[in-house]
Amino acid sequence: MYKYDTYDQAMVDARVEEFRDQVRRRLEGHITEDQFKPLRLMNGLYLQLHAYMLRVAIPYGTLSSAQMRMLGDIADKYDRGYGHFTTRQNIQYNWIKLEDAPDILADLASVEMHAIQTSGNCIRNTTSDQYAGAAADEVVDPRPYAELIRQWSTFHPEFSFLPRKFKMAVIASDIDRAAMKLHDIGIQIVRNAAGEIGAAFYVGGGMGRTPMIAPCINPFVPIDQFITYSEACLRVYNRHGRRDNKYKARIKILVHELGKDEYTRQVEEEFAHLLTQNIEPPLAELERIKAMFADPPFETGLSDELDRSDPDFALWLDNNCLAHKQPGYIAATISLKPVGGIPGDATGEQIRLMGDLAKQYSFDELRVTHAQNIVLPHVKKADLYALWQVLDANGLGTANLDLVGDIIACPGLDYCSLANARSIPVAQKISQRLAGQAQQIGELKLKISGCINACGHHHAGHIGILGVDKKGVENYQLLLGGCEGADTSLGQITGPGFDEDGIVDAVEKATSFYLSQRQDGERFLDTYRRIGMPAFKEAIYG
Amino acid sequence: MAEVQFRFRSDEPVADPAVTVDSFGEQSNASAVRLEPGDDARDLLPHLDRLQLIEVNFPVFGDGRGYSAARILREAGYDGELRAVGEVLVDQIAFMRRCGFDAFAPEVPLDPADAEAAFARYDHVYQPTTDGRAPIWNLRHG
Amino acid sequence: MKILTGNDLKTGAVTWWDGVQWSLHVEDAVDVGEHADTILAREQAARRVNAAYAIDAIKDEAGVRPAHIKDRIRALGPTVRPDLTLKPADPAAGDWVI
Repeated sequence: MYKYDTYDQAMVDARVEEFRDQVRRRLEGHITEDQFKPLRLMNGLYLQLHAYMLRVAIPYGTLSSAQMRMLGDIADKYDRGYGHFTTRQNIQYNWIKLEDAPDILADLASVEMHAIQTSGNCIRNTTSDQYAGAAADEVVDPRPYAELIRQWSTFHPEFSFLPRKFKMAVIASDIDRAAMKLHDIGIQIVRNAAGEIGAAFYVGGGMGRTPMIAPCINPFVPIDQFITYSEACLRVYNRHGRRDNKYKARIKILVHELGKDEYTRQVEEEFAHLLTQNIEPPLAELERIKAMFADPPFETGLSDELDRSDPDFALWLDNNCLAHKQPGYIAATISLKPVGGIPGDATGEQIRLMGDLAKQYSFDELRVTHAQNIVLPHVKKADLYALWQVLDANGLGTANLDLVGDIIACPGLDYCSLANARSIPVAQKISQRLAGQAQQIGELKLKISGCINACGHHHAGHIGILGVDKKGVENYQLLLGGCEGADTSLGQITGPGFDEDGIVDAVEKATSFYLSQRQDGERFLDTYRRIGMPAFKEAIYG
Repeated sequence: MAEVQFRFRSDEPVADPAVTVDSFGEQSNASAVRLEPGDDARDLLPHLDRLQLIEVNFPVFGDGRGYSAARILREAGYDGELRAVGEVLVDQIAFMRRCGFDAFAPEVPLDPADAEAAFARYDHVYQPTTDGRAPIWNLRHG
Repeated sequence: MKILTGNDLKTGAVTWWDGVQWSLHVEDAVDVGEHADTILAREQAARRVNAAYAIDAIKDEAGVRPAHIKDRIRALGPTVRPDLTLKPADPAAGDWVI
């Protein structure tokens, strides 16, 4: 994975001192909260329901055991013993004090981490495929390109006061494991007929109030021009994105209002101009970064045999482990969704343990997934049982990847000042209600958002739940049929909303109806797409 | 009209008041113009040779259109004074400088020590602009 | 009644105006009547509170009850982590929020 050189380290160190100074000026009264707020947001520090919340960047979801250890220590030293992994591959701490924030950033900088631009109207953390470097279907590892984007977008002098936040994702396979088309810019690294590498640009996707799937505006930008092309996309947005209405300020609105063709025309014009400015990093820089993402020293001649005699292990193996490109290895998902648990939360102890396990079993590397789980990407099959035993003993061995218990949920009204309803209790109840049927139901991506901002990605859930405020009382809308893969689709609302008990019942009715109707090999999503909303609506409200 | 508090030029400041973009089109002897966030900096490109001062207004600091306007003007070769006016706060001036601003007239004067610290905070930069600072990738690969 | 709430600038802790200063406990909140804006302006300028605002509340047998569930959650703590709330030993505390 990427290692800082002295330049990268100097940047984060200077940032810590800058923020320390900004905090001092706020505490001494030299700047108001209105002036300070965008500054603290650009260092990931929100003021939430109970305290300040700090969102730490985990670039493209990749981190080392040393970094994981620090994240666990921060949870214990500065917070209340736990952290929350998010749908953008970051980690959040909910009980931060402003007076501690500069020291926390200094601790992070000591392990090559930061909270730069994890909030604010700027370019945020670029996310990627959690199986990068392990998946057999990738054209190349997408992460070096995400690292180029990270550096290009950090402290970008022109794009730090955009109309609104800006989120990018990079993948390198046809199977989209990062919800790429639901980002402001999604990039798929591809190979053309001549075997050359390039970047397909999808611009104008997103969820929230007006979910949209990003159209492809250029199917092949040569890889030695893709930063310049990104700059062109951003400049058009910075100049012409709406600033009159916060809810219409994302780039998806600009692309939609101009139309894809006109937006593309403006980008291509700006791109032609920017090519004369020589702003693209040289290929030597890409090669330098790529070298840090070379395969770890895999052993060869390993057995692919696995002892399945322990049924609990076999279940976890079948659910949570993905075939690896290297014989004898496997990519293992650690579920942070125990039955009835808080999705994505882990204690400081668990976080440190996962770091230790990565060091022992996965070449010192972990991934955070946008489904709020952790992946150990390179585990020897021979080590898998021993690994699972430790996970199982520490509440990290739930065998539910992509099953109904693997719920994505935002923090909701229990933590977030933007929320209209609590999301976590709903997740807990559904998880408990359907635990006994989860294996039988099979793949079912259930996603819950506590408000229209859609941080829980409910539009992209096979089952989605949206919390709303109905005259001061929490109420929940049910959506069906969303999907975030190559066949991205947006969920449709079933009908009138439900109270907390009602939504749990409604979800069970939907899954029971599916079980009664499914044909061979159909997942919930497949049956829903085949049968359609009216029959499901009847089953739910009937 | 706020005072120019910081200026990184050695020539004499222009004495004429800056006119609006609309008026500028009508006045053949105007040498100073003021860009509002909704104006298109590219409208000025045919006239750069007669411009000695371009003010870019930031009515609210969160409206970042002026950063793009500045870069567009510098990328087109404008080498007169490029002055940031309006709600110019100390935590934005380093970005503004990188985008090509060489004069700052904040509505509310800045603490000079804070401003000096802000300009000097970062020894290195990741991206090239027309300010001539070598981006880190250039330092890495020569 | 109208009560004032905000966060402590340094710690982020949720606070309530008790007539003299900012308390961690909603039961100490007092009715500010028409004076909300004056108090908010003065207290925020002095940095004794941050991001403060006025809300509706009633006084019932349990004490001061903010009108909106969001502020009741702020008053107590996250309903899903009773151990992290102001009343970890009180099993009925979560019911008060709802």
